[in-house]
Amino acid sequence: MDEELERDERVFLLGEEVAQYDGAYKVSRGLWKKYGDKRIIDTPIAEMGFAGIAVGSAMAGLRPICEFMTFNFSMQAIDQIINSAAKTSYMSAGLQSVPIVFRGPNGHATGVAAQHSQCFAAWYGHCPGLKVLSPWSAEDAKGLLKAAIRDDNPVVFLENELLYGVAFEVSEEAQSKDFVVPIGKAKVERQGTLITLVSHSRYVGHCLDAAAVLAEEGIECEVINLRSIRPLDMETIESSVAKTNHLVTVEGGWPQFGVGAEICARIMEGPALNYLDAPVIRVTGVDIPMPYAKILEEHSVPQIRDIITAVRKALNI
Amino acid sequence: MLLSVNSMQKMLTIISNVLKGSASKNVARVVAARTYADFTAEATFDVKKCDTHRLDDAPPTKSVLTREDALKYYRTMQVIRRMELKADQLYKQKIIRGFCHLSDGQEACAVGIEAGIKPTDHLITAYRAHGYTYTRGVSVREILAELTGRRGGCAKGKGGSMHMYANNFYGGNGIVGAQVPLGAGVALACKYLDTDQVCATLYGDGAANQGQIFEAYNMASLWKLPCIFICENNKYAMGTSVERSSASTEYYKRGDFIPGLRVDGMDILCVKEATKYAADLCRAGKGPIVMELQTYRYHGHSMSDPGVSYRTREEIQEVRSKSDPISLLKDRMLANNMASVEELKEIDVQVRKEIEEAAQFATTDPEPPLEELCNHIFYNDAPLEVRGTLPWTKLKSIS
Repeated sequence: MDEELERDERVFLLGEEVAQYDGAYKVSRGLWKKYGDKRIIDTPIAEMGFAGIAVGSAMAGLRPICEFMTFNFSMQAIDQIINSAAKTSYMSAGLQSVPIVFRGPNGHATGVAAQHSQCFAAWYGHCPGLKVLSPWSAEDAKGLLKAAIRDDNPVVFLENELLYGVAFEVSEEAQSKDFVVPIGKAKVERQGTLITLVSHSRYVGHCLDAAAVLAEEGIECEVINLRSIRPLDMETIESSVAKTNHLVTVEGGWPQFGVGAEICARIMEGPALNYLDAPVIRVTGVDIPMPYAKILEEHSVPQIRDIITAVRKALNI
Repeated sequence: MLLSVNSMQKMLTIISNVLKGSASKNVARVVAARTYADFTAEATFDVKKCDTHRLDDAPPTKSVLTREDALKYYRTMQVIRRMELKADQLYKQKIIRGFCHLSDGQEACAVGIEAGIKPTDHLITAYRAHGYTYTRGVSVREILAELTGRRGGCAKGKGGSMHMYANNFYGGNGIVGAQVPLGAGVALACKYLDTDQVCATLYGDGAANQGQIFEAYNMASLWKLPCIFICENNKYAMGTSVERSSASTEYYKRGDFIPGLRVDGMDILCVKEATKYAADLCRAGKGPIVMELQTYRYHGHSMSDPGVSYRTREEIQEVRSKSDPISLLKDRMLANNMASVEELKEIDVQVRKEIEEAAQFATTDPEPPLEELCNHIFYNDAPLEVRGTLPWTKLKSIS
């Protein structure tokens, strides 16, 4: 964000606690000190209001980054995101653009219970007019956010609270001020031969961990990091399935109408169906509101052992 | 259940008292008189004093009107009036479909506000937007063709009645109240970019109870945004009268800590002076401000509402005969020799012709081509493939 704020005067950040508090999760640390009140704006607790203000400012020529402390609170503002931002370019036949980024942590954390743990990838991924991104690694986070800020369209950027604290190796290239990751392209994080694992956000890490365990038995898994929920890169998935003949999707969100459901439907509609040797298996969060107690919470979300079990089932081993 | 006769009468009295005020203000001082055969070049009119909230002064009670402006305002209001009536006709012929919210009766609001701001200022409103689309620069042709869903419409047939846009005009918004935070955001951009511009952010008496408006009031006031919040109070939100929807019907005071004005929305000069006053206040960095325009719509809420189940025909007739905004201006012009009856009749004829031609275009222009179905999902973006109704249907979208 710092680089993009420096690069373009019209970029600014608004949200609760983003300025003087340095960000509820410290994501915007140092920015207010550097850029001041004009460009880093603390808002009152008024999501519908400030999301609308952000959208209006984008319509009038600015490039706002609108932070939701978590995407659970974006439900207060969802009308502004969908009806005022996403649909406007289409409704105006291209006369009115809305270059805005809505960002914040999405999905479950730990111990924050039902109202603070929902994954919105499927909800936002459903809507035309939005681009929806879900980074996993630091490289994803940086490159995709820069791409989102530079994009002239509304982008929903789903971060993850648990990933904020995870360190990643970052390449030389990724450290450049102009390092941008293309929107709409998935990344193969690990090459494999026997089965394809597709995931987004935190669960990419789980897939890689599962792949490491399985590799010890000679089962080489290909792990695909979606990066982009909308547009969804089916081409990368299909090419992989053509090679491995097996597919498992992994997500933290609920199963019904989820990201995995969409992937299954599209696989079935496309060329990759002929390459499948077994049905696609979706590993998802449990279809319940998130409980609080630690043991219950742990059993509400996909575990690495679940992914391993799914792989064995798909490969019939 | 509708109102009792008693409260209907009470309401009628209140309304006619409020609106009657402007009818008697035709007295003017002639400023620059020429020979009796020539028209008055300029005249000063009394306008009703605005009620104020948290303001030490108020907009002027005298408004100077030049003959040139008078003719311009008259013509513009007539265009809006006739355009809306034409839309009514086309809707009844089923050539316009879906939503159609008409603003006949409220012409002084659109024209008066436009007279009080500059073209470089910004404006946003809700769905009763055809008049504003016109005053903000879109031709009647393009407006009617958008209503009829043709390729020549201002949004190429993609938007319809509620989604028309122009330079510095942000629609046309369908979700009641959502446009208010948007307008405050436009004002934020004006301040951020250090322009001298303001944003007129309109909403109705129905929208005035939306929570997001209060969120917008708070932030606009906190950050001193150059936003003129304008409530077009036409007494009814669909079928719900203001008394039945609002614990306080003093909409100009609803901004609480924000100063407010209550304005006679049927008198174009009163609207103009108030808007100018509000705009100046915002430009001086003293914004925001709330303006309530007391106005009236002749049509029902939309074309599917006959408009007489929640109000009487007598009430509508009373407003038409005593407070019609176009008649008020016309009477002033004629009483002060600013134009002749023939001249105004000639304008009426021209306006009728313009509307007819536009309607002709709007009914004969072809519908948008199917190849363009998926265009403009995104702005300034590479072409993309869009799934059609069937899995193998790959449609193309360009921006």
